[in-house]
Amino acid sequence: MSDVLHDFTTTVPHWRPRVTPIKLEDATPDQLDALKVTPSNTKVSDYVLVLARDSETLRERTPLFNAIMYNRGGMSRAERELGAVGTSVVNRCVYCAAVHASRYNVLAKDTGVMERIFTDEDKAELDPRQQAIFDFSVKLSQTPPEVSKADMEALKAAGLDPAEILDLVLSSALFGWANRLMHTLGDPVEKED
Amino acid sequence: MTDFLNTAAVHASGLSANHSLAAVLSGRDDILVMTEQAHNAALTPDEPGGLSHGERAALRCRMARQNAETALADHFADLMDAASSEIADPEFDGGADARLAAILRHTDLVTSDAKSVVAGDIDVLKGAGVSEDDIVRLSELIAFISYQIRLTIGLRLMGDAL
Repeated sequence: MSDVLHDFTTTVPHWRPRVTPIKLEDATPDQLDALKVTPSNTKVSDYVLVLARDSETLRERTPLFNAIMYNRGGMSRAERELGAVGTSVVNRCVYCAAVHASRYNVLAKDTGVMERIFTDEDKAELDPRQQAIFDFSVKLSQTPPEVSKADMEALKAAGLDPAEILDLVLSSALFGWANRLMHTLGDPVEKED
Repeated sequence: MTDFLNTAAVHASGLSANHSLAAVLSGRDDILVMTEQAHNAALTPDEPGGLSHGERAALRCRMARQNAETALADHFADLMDAASSEIADPEFDGGADARLAAILRHTDLVTSDAKSVVAGDIDVLKGAGVSEDDIVRLSELIAFISYQIRLTIGLRLMGDAL
């Protein structure tokens, strides 16, 4: 199908499922609970309606995802988004990369970092602190057993404290999870308007 | 409430209460406990569908072995049943069981080369008789442990270096 997007973009695409989303009107009470559907919140994406086929995992996933990306303290939200993008570039999850690159751009008020990453991908050259964060995320995503003590030392040398490093491990690892759902269960396609 | 130190990822990383990083981890205790809840939800769900609890443990063990993550692999090996244990051998390809062969093919592909997955790979599962519910269950299982392996390795390295 020729309309599938393969190039990275900060314009969030439409996501077309490869597995049939459940129909909201057919959802079981368990699924509705996992979907967090309330009378005032009935808009649910196809992606979440696909994941509702495993409602027990979906129920745990949503609060965990939010806690890793948005909880207070530790690494800044923008830098967590940078970790998420590093992983999404490795896994070529065009959809996740678009969502999190655009969030980074808003939070950091800077589009240059994502432009360099989308052009040079895992070879992108960034400022020292951003470089350390991005490189760690790429390596942890690509080949976990090859990450070494030296990679931790590089994060320390770039000025990250242990709480920030923990948040980087969490946000990079989390997208090892998210990409493997988003990129395998559907395709990013251009938005119809 | 589970203690964050008694979660599979922290336990496998070797970090314990007397390590100076324990205080840092306690700042994210909610996340570590939620990680364990997700671990349980995808490992021993009330509705396992077409993937038994034993098969789930064996698939996780296989994926941990493929990532050379021995401590987590041992954790899952302890939870396998005898009937599913050959699944944990990364060399085993499902043999004559076409449905199992398709599941193992997909597990290996998504674990080691997620970027290369295309629509046809989901069709392979459907063609082998894996239901759409089970495709999502399998995908969550693979995706979750990909996260857990990276978290475990990251925590262990933090313990070694910080």
